[in-house]
Amino acid sequence: MSAVPISWYLTLSAVIFALGVAGFLFRHNIITVFMSIELMLNAVNLSFVTFSYQLKQVNGHLFTFFVMVVAAAEAAVGLAIILTVFKNRSTLNIDDIDSMKN
Amino acid sequence: MQLWLIPLLPFAGFLINGLFGRRFSKGVVNVFAIGSVVLSFAWVLKTILGLGDLTSAHVEHYFTWIQSGTFNIGCDFAVDRLTAVMLLVVTGVGSLIHIYAIGYMAHEHGPHHGGYYRFFAYLNLFMFFMLVLVLGANFLVLFVGWEGVGLCSYLLIGFYFDKKFATDAGNKAFIVNRIGDFGFALAMFYIVKTFGSLDFATVFQKAPTAPESALTLIGLLLMVGAAGKSAQIPLYVWLPDAMAGPTPVSALIHAATMVTAGVYMTARSFAIYSHAPAALDVIAIIGVATAFFAATIGIAQNDIKKVFAYSTVSQLGYMFLGVGSHAVSAGIYHLVTHAFFKALLFLGSGSVIHALSGEQDLRQMGGLRSKIPWTFWTMMCAAVAISGIPPFAGFFSKDAILVAAYAHAPWMYWLGTLTAGITAFYVFRAMFMAFFGDYRGHEHHPHESPPVMMIPLVILAALSLAGGYLFKVPQFLAPMFPLAEAPENFTLVAVSVGAGVAGILLAYVMYVAQPGMADSLASGMKGLYTLVYNKYFVDEIYDATVVNPLVGGSRILLWRFADVGIIDGIANGIGSRARDIGGILRRLQSGNIRSYAAWVLFGGVLVIVAMGMAGGVR
Repeated sequence: MSAVPISWYLTLSAVIFALGVAGFLFRHNIITVFMSIELMLNAVNLSFVTFSYQLKQVNGHLFTFFVMVVAAAEAAVGLAIILTVFKNRSTLNIDDIDSMKN
Repeated sequence: MQLWLIPLLPFAGFLINGLFGRRFSKGVVNVFAIGSVVLSFAWVLKTILGLGDLTSAHVEHYFTWIQSGTFNIGCDFAVDRLTAVMLLVVTGVGSLIHIYAIGYMAHEHGPHHGGYYRFFAYLNLFMFFMLVLVLGANFLVLFVGWEGVGLCSYLLIGFYFDKKFATDAGNKAFIVNRIGDFGFALAMFYIVKTFGSLDFATVFQKAPTAPESALTLIGLLLMVGAAGKSAQIPLYVWLPDAMAGPTPVSALIHAATMVTAGVYMTARSFAIYSHAPAALDVIAIIGVATAFFAATIGIAQNDIKKVFAYSTVSQLGYMFLGVGSHAVSAGIYHLVTHAFFKALLFLGSGSVIHALSGEQDLRQMGGLRSKIPWTFWTMMCAAVAISGIPPFAGFFSKDAILVAAYAHAPWMYWLGTLTAGITAFYVFRAMFMAFFGDYRGHEHHPHESPPVMMIPLVILAALSLAGGYLFKVPQFLAPMFPLAEAPENFTLVAVSVGAGVAGILLAYVMYVAQPGMADSLASGMKGLYTLVYNKYFVDEIYDATVVNPLVGGSRILLWRFADVGIIDGIANGIGSRARDIGGILRRLQSGNIRSYAAWVLFGGVLVIVAMGMAGGVR
């Protein structure tokens, strides 16, 4: 089985991460921003697994599982916060949520 | 013998009245305040009787206070004959004045709510420190008492703290005493350097072997301390102002006990002085100069307490003249008799002031002899005693000093004798102005003081008359300070007594026989009178040469420049720089989540770039 070159995996990871960053920076909807964060996390997971496979070490897998657990917890808490914000403000536009100022 | 009980009894009185006196009635305050001092007096008597002839010091060690290498200071008390004399004077006269104060302070009310218990608490605290001072067996314990009595003096001079002149006088006393205490502290450092110890026993035993230059320096520095505490030239200026305190305070602290601490200290250190004749000469000269100088000021004062205040300065000068003329026991003798008659003069003038509801000006008195006869007769006893008329108390002690001064340096004898004449003159001037002639005051019903005030006066009057016979202090102190082998010189005695009598007669002529004479004399010598009336402008000279430059310099250099410019400048500068930087950084906190995200990205890029430049992670 001819292996897919490692650079392909890493390139894919970088592209997904860049998409996540771009979404994080430029989207206005909180849920989209939130999903972008998940995207970045998963991009990192991909490079972890890649290196783990390449180096025949289990550490990368371990980190991936960690990240997935944290991401799941974060998703639960984050969505709860978003729900509350929407209830109180009837908006999901990130630029309107600036009550930290002043 | 539980010497610690002597000072601790008044201290307990201070604690009880100081902490709980607000809730007590005056009667309860009296019980604790007077009871503690009288018990202390009783304990002094028991101790002294129990210690036998006291030819050597009885030392009690309580605990080690400071230990550093070979340097060792204990909290030690000691009693020898000199201490015994001081203990008796302090607790004995102190008890009488405490009792007198019950009557004098009875009307204490009004703005000084709670002033009554506060007064007695301070007075008891003073007794505690004064007894520590005389009981201490090393210079440091003495110094603790020394500073403590200064504190109490300050508190009691400023007792009427809502009156500006009283608080000013308190500050003046405290600050002038600081100068003296500075000298005392330096002397102690030099004693440690020279002898390696502060214990009286060690230091005085080693004194004969020390170099004379060191002893002279120590002696002079100690004299600076003594001049501050005992109001000698050039540091006497605080004592006349100290009369702003209540009259019992003037009697106890500023006449009978505290101001004599300097005399006690120089007498105690005589083992040092006896090997430093130059320092001893300085003491004698300062003493006789102060005696004369203060006596002349006393002539022209119109405030009855001021007259006796300058008289105290003058009499303290006599005591130093005695110590400086190698007649330590005569100096202490005069200290004892002076405690009797000067306390009596102050308490008597307090009784006059009490009778006139607060009037202190001699020109507003007159003719009080028939109105307050008990006060008049008791004060008369003190007046003849201070004038050195035989056989009353002052005669013996003053005479002992003057004879010793003649042996030391004849000019000092003559100046001292002249001073004795002036003393008799101004004391009887005050007496005649207050008690003879026509009444010139405004108070319509001058009234005699209550018995609680008169009994101490009568006891002190008896002591002023007979104290010279009853207490032969020089003979008692002979084991410590051998009596000089001076021949009895009848001429010297006669001359000094004659000076006293002449002073009294002159006062009689000027103020009783021909009342107008004093005024015409004063206007005849206008310049001289103005000079003396204004106390030689010494306060003004000090203000111009010392106080104002110091205040001005402090204001410009220390306050405006150092404090406001540098110290505040640094503190405020740091604060306002932080505020400026914060003002810039604040703009980052826009509240816009996507701008935060951009900053996160920027930071991440920065880290990656930095790592790349550092060569990456290996």
